[in-house]
Amino acid sequence: MDFTLTKKHEMARTLFKEFAETEVKPLAQEVDETEVFPAETVAKMAKAGFMGIPVPKAYGGQGCDPLTYVMCVEELSKVCGTTGVIVSAHTSLCIDPILTYGTEEQKQKFVAPLAKGEKLGAFALTEPGAGTDAQGAQTKAVLDGDEWVLNGSKCFITNGKVGDVYIVIAITSVTEDKRGRKKKNFSAFIVEKGTPGFSFGTKEKKMGIRGSSTYELIFEDCRIPKENLLGPEGKGFPIAMHTLDGGRIGIAAQALGIAEGALERTIEYTKERKQFGRTIAQQQNTQFKLADMSARIEAAKLLVYKAAMAKATQKVYSVEAATAKLYAAETAMAVTTEAVQLFGGYGYIREYDVERMMRDAKITEIYEGTSEVQRMVISGALLK
Amino acid sequence: MKIVVCIKQVPDTKGGVKFNPDGTLDRAAMLAIMNPDDKAGLEAALRIKDETGAEVTVVTMGLPKAEDALREALAMGADKAVLVTDRCLGGADTWATSSTVAAALKMMEYDLIITGRQAIDGDTAQVGPQIAEHLGLPVISYAEGLTIEGDSVIVKRQYEDRYHEIKAKMPCLVTALSELNVPRYMTPGGIFDAYDEKEVTVWSRADLGENLRDEDMGLAGSPTKIAKASDKVRKGAGEKVVLDPTESVAYIMGKLKEKHVI
Repeated sequence: MDFTLTKKHEMARTLFKEFAETEVKPLAQEVDETEVFPAETVAKMAKAGFMGIPVPKAYGGQGCDPLTYVMCVEELSKVCGTTGVIVSAHTSLCIDPILTYGTEEQKQKFVAPLAKGEKLGAFALTEPGAGTDAQGAQTKAVLDGDEWVLNGSKCFITNGKVGDVYIVIAITSVTEDKRGRKKKNFSAFIVEKGTPGFSFGTKEKKMGIRGSSTYELIFEDCRIPKENLLGPEGKGFPIAMHTLDGGRIGIAAQALGIAEGALERTIEYTKERKQFGRTIAQQQNTQFKLADMSARIEAAKLLVYKAAMAKATQKVYSVEAATAKLYAAETAMAVTTEAVQLFGGYGYIREYDVERMMRDAKITEIYEGTSEVQRMVISGALLK
Repeated sequence: MKIVVCIKQVPDTKGGVKFNPDGTLDRAAMLAIMNPDDKAGLEAALRIKDETGAEVTVVTMGLPKAEDALREALAMGADKAVLVTDRCLGGADTWATSSTVAAALKMMEYDLIITGRQAIDGDTAQVGPQIAEHLGLPVISYAEGLTIEGDSVIVKRQYEDRYHEIKAKMPCLVTALSELNVPRYMTPGGIFDAYDEKEVTVWSRADLGENLRDEDMGLAGSPTKIAKASDKVRKGAGEKVVLDPTESVAYIMGKLKEKHVI
């Protein structure tokens, strides 16, 4: 077992770090403050090939592995959680299911422009009445001739409105089991922005990742071509769950990056800040706190990279993904909270990055499966 | 069209400059980067490649670890890379360096050679023009603009207060300023290609054969002899005065006049 990164992965990290420091970091505070989607940064990332890292070259991607993609999200998130999740939702939740379940025509039509960053992707599962309990969903799709007709709404959709291509999960039939219990059967669809009957509702005002565009999606007799069904009819739920397994690795990388960014800032600050005649870094309480933060981050990093490697080599990686996300998200929350504490009063002021990082960290414990859902996945496998 | 870009791996001064006890640079302790002027030269070549489909080769002389700089160039989009490395080539000054690089270039095909103006570690600006001299090529230095027109290059050559626009027939050599452009980022896929698909050709002294004379290479072939290298001498602590803003302006103006600065 070798924990050394290859030279090409080291070089990729150098690239992501340089890009993040030069292009992303100077805008992070403004993006948070103004809640404006960083479209210019996304255009630059498209040019640099960041929007299709784990996508084969045949479909317009970079032909790299999941680990390289994960390091990209990590480095971006070290300086800006918003930018990290834009890449993660686009890559893991939109491109990945089309690559995995799409027909050759769907891959050619949708993946190539997404991977080149000419188009932005999103994924829509959550509804106002259906979060963790997906069976509570209401959005329906009915086949009418050569078209599926969608009705319903989705909420909290990352890359909403700015996105061009949406993976939408909707009910396509309801069946009864032997005891007469009804079960909703879902299917996955590819829906393009601009399709008549597809509109955007409220823009959410969020605690963190405030530059990320989070919208409600509304479908009113939205007719999409029959060929936009993704995967077999009735297999939408397993497709969504498998997609989220991949997505969780991206969010785990985002959480890891946020935690690392907060630790970096805290190390700098504690070496400068003086109290009682010496820097607070010279005081043992600070030293112990920094050591604890670092140890947690290192553990999270190993779990995240292990999950990325599992995605590259295994068909099923639900437990690896859930473990990485659970631990990385809770690490991000713990580390950023500690960072704010070590900054003292300044940590509570918006001028300092750790305040934003603590707000950004919280969502990683919630979206793409709450920490409780990750525990369900892990314990489910243990007790099987 | 074939373009060869000469690059150098230099210490990254951002991470702080570190010295050996004898006053020479402790290169091993410092991060290494591609010299900024050279990177601009590479970008200029890659832009010509984007437009015309030219083949871009990068070449460097250095330690084996200079391969990293070549891989970076490949990841940015260069097609081929050549590393000239051999213990007997070490300690070279600009004469020995340019003789060695020119020997390598004699074994390659080119229409245009681009070098950086100067490296941030040596700051001599001599190697580019010397290579041209060895190869008997025209040289245009200090390029802040570079375009191709048929079989010629048009170079905007920078001066302190003006620029000249110079047209020269290829083959020729151009030295690039970092102001020439903003180099592109590597791409993730480019990095994978640089390691998985592309190769760095390694040439030793023996490979250069008779193109390089023994008396023109390495430390022994370097006419430059460094008598002493030292860190900057620290100045005194200076003078501290505490005055209100109006008085302090008058005080500073007085001092500047006293020292004939203004």
